[in-house]
Amino acid sequence: MATTTAEPTWVGTVRARGAAAFAATGFPTTRNEDWKYTPVTAIAEGGFAPAAQPPAHGVTAEALAPYLFGGEKPTVVFVNGRFDAALSNLATLPAGVSVRPLAEALREMPQALEPRLGAIAAEQPFTARNASLMQDGVVIHVAADVVVGRAIQVLFVADAGARGLELPVRNLVAAERHAKVTVVESFVGLTDAAYFTNAVTEVDVAAGATVTHLKVQREGSGAYHVAHVEAKQARDSHLVSFSFAVGGRLARTNVYTVLGGEGCGATLNGLYIGDGEQHLDHQTRIEHVAPNCYSREVYRGILDGAAHGVFNGKVYVHPEAQKTDGKQENHTLLLSERATIDTKPQLEIFADDVKCTHGATVGRLDQSSLFYMKSRGVGAELAKQLLLYAFAADVLETIEAEAVREGLEAQVLQRYTGGQ
Amino acid sequence: MSASIESLISKEYTAGFVTEVEADEVPKGLNEEIIAMISAKKHEPQWLLDWRLKAYRQWLKMAEPHWPNVQYAPIDYQALRYYSAPKSVKPKQSLDEVDPELLRTYEKLGIPLTEQKRLAGVAVDAIFDSVSVGTTMKAELEKVGVIFCSFGEAVEHHPELVRKYLGSVVPHSDNYFAALNSAVFSDGSFVYVPKGVRSPLELSTYFRINAAETGQFERTLIVADAGSYVSYLEGCTAPKRSENQLHAAVVELVALDHATIKYSTVQNWYAGDEHGVGGIYNFVTKRGKAMTNAKISWTQVETGSAITWKYPSVILQGDHSTGEFYSVAVASKRQQADTGTKMIHVGRHTKSNIVSKGISAGRGQNSYRGMVKVLPKAEGARNYTQCDSMLVGNQCGAHTFPYIEVDNKSATVEHEASTSKIGEDQIFYLKQRGLSAEQAVSMIVSGFCREVFKELPMEFALEAQQLLGITLEGSVG
Repeated sequence: MATTTAEPTWVGTVRARGAAAFAATGFPTTRNEDWKYTPVTAIAEGGFAPAAQPPAHGVTAEALAPYLFGGEKPTVVFVNGRFDAALSNLATLPAGVSVRPLAEALREMPQALEPRLGAIAAEQPFTARNASLMQDGVVIHVAADVVVGRAIQVLFVADAGARGLELPVRNLVAAERHAKVTVVESFVGLTDAAYFTNAVTEVDVAAGATVTHLKVQREGSGAYHVAHVEAKQARDSHLVSFSFAVGGRLARTNVYTVLGGEGCGATLNGLYIGDGEQHLDHQTRIEHVAPNCYSREVYRGILDGAAHGVFNGKVYVHPEAQKTDGKQENHTLLLSERATIDTKPQLEIFADDVKCTHGATVGRLDQSSLFYMKSRGVGAELAKQLLLYAFAADVLETIEAEAVREGLEAQVLQRYTGGQ
Repeated sequence: MSASIESLISKEYTAGFVTEVEADEVPKGLNEEIIAMISAKKHEPQWLLDWRLKAYRQWLKMAEPHWPNVQYAPIDYQALRYYSAPKSVKPKQSLDEVDPELLRTYEKLGIPLTEQKRLAGVAVDAIFDSVSVGTTMKAELEKVGVIFCSFGEAVEHHPELVRKYLGSVVPHSDNYFAALNSAVFSDGSFVYVPKGVRSPLELSTYFRINAAETGQFERTLIVADAGSYVSYLEGCTAPKRSENQLHAAVVELVALDHATIKYSTVQNWYAGDEHGVGGIYNFVTKRGKAMTNAKISWTQVETGSAITWKYPSVILQGDHSTGEFYSVAVASKRQQADTGTKMIHVGRHTKSNIVSKGISAGRGQNSYRGMVKVLPKAEGARNYTQCDSMLVGNQCGAHTFPYIEVDNKSATVEHEASTSKIGEDQIFYLKQRGLSAEQAVSMIVSGFCREVFKELPMEFALEAQQLLGITLEGSVG
């Protein structure tokens, strides 16, 4: 078990509970409905384990530059699962905002962590394993009424030193009453080596607060990535989540939120772009517990090569959650013969006065749009590229943080047009 | 909620009477001996007994599935009686010879079994508990070569057809309840429509469970040969009893090249009372296989049963084949329904269309569970799914579990779902136009289900609408 020096005793309890829960279930199999389409045998049999001591690394600021948004120095950088002070920039934070590595936060502000750490994320095999092994991660705390103007960028970088390692990342974001903050959680792989990121991010959104959580997954081509983002929302709070997934050999992201008070809103969007043998899986769960809340969800995917996409979106409406307004959409484009998608939008509704819809489509590029563009003199190849970009941009443009939106749009444009 | 609505909620189940008929039964319980006994009673050939025993041995190895979104007390399979036949039916069946008591039963139910029904153009095979009691209109069908008879007769007179197609769509080992049915099925209907024939009549079967502590395990097999057309209707009722009864049927449809089968069901098994006591467990396996250019269309109106658990499916085997599923499922009182469809696209340019309307009222739980699977070879497959739920009252639930698995890039799959309620304002609007609350609800629900009802043959559409009215009226307030 990975332990940091001088951990409070309650952390030991969290670890022990996680260890016991994981020991009871082990890695999930495809017989587990939540993992029906995503076999994790490669992770289970990969022998990944956390490093006792952080391996030396050669990651430089220049190497990270392409992965930053807005060209500014990132706020926090973790290399191979450990905090790297030299690459981080904690100097310019506004008052009322605290950004700390987990280990340090446990030492300096345990009272803010105790009620939250491990208390928000649902107990599932991977989150339980993470709780027992968690090493490092970021703890972000925004005091009441503080509006953080610039996005807080958190980078998890893996280089060749991560080969064979499990990186148990544990993050906590807490926004107090009426606070507003945007967090960009980036996973970057600078290596083709096989490693396993097992990340858990807990988000506590107090009354009237707004948290925007943008997850950008650009892991290395040999990486296994399982991430769980779960938010707890108090009344009149908002969660805006975006999950962008292009990297990894196998990547699964859970985004869960519980709308626990009246007047909450949640927006969960995402884009997955896969090629080769990639397996990209998203599972979202929106739980409407209180009345008068809304949720919006749009996930889009483009799959080429022999990529396998999975989407499972659950919306639960509890009996008390009257006047719930929920909308969910999932659209996937299949570009090649061997690309496949399994999608399962799911509604479970126990209240009568609600408006809930969901829609899912799977198909190829619209032939009539292609024809239209060709008839206007646009070459077949360019027409296809433009339509693919437009399909992706449709959901990317929902990202409010300008630098992130433009950065991701540029990346997608580059991918499909080669920068023309 | 007004008093008149209150009284309507508790509207009685009108098909809940018991008919006193002497029955020929096997002892309770299930073992190879009982199966042999059922088989012997039906004078079956050895191959069929062997098939039953194969299914039984498979069933022993299987575990009862519990993945549906329904809850019920464990079923004691040894406490059930697997064969119960009205005794007076034993001699040959022509309408005149049928026990008048039985005919009165059907009259009470309003079944078109009598001769006047010739005008309505309905041929009926009525299944009372486990045995087919009489098939009308046989002569007319025979003229064009359509075989429509009880399963038992088919085994006797057309063994080659039965042997060829039995289990070809739902194998004996398909699932727990299909295996149980394969082992103990007692009767059912058999239809064969020869090449190029359009069946001149709508074929119809009526199922009724009468005897206590009996399970009903009928088996229906419909084979439409190349280029033929047949429309088949099925209706179900059962008496009110305080214990739960198991109904585990299997329906197999085979539509050969260019054939069309339209299968409509109005299911009104006893649903139990408002406390959830009694009612039928309706665990049914229905599946069709469509060959090149063939079409299979399922239409169902599910208003009864304590628990409904069925997924009429289509394997779109041949190129350009079509599958359709139109469903209205109602769960009121303490009913639980987990129903939907599976469309398996195997052939190229196959099409499927799914329209599901779920209505939850009282403490009912209604789940739509559907799968659209496009296999790698299914070039140009097309699916459209629409699944809408309506909630009436705040103690019920509506759930949607669609599975979409696409392995071919040229496929186009669309799924849409919505959930809404009958609004006070809608009812108020209709009331101020002079309609009673009861009429208003009925009108709103009819509108909600219109797309499905229009797929039903006329006389069924009418019955379905009335049934829906009876089940739902008064649940709104």
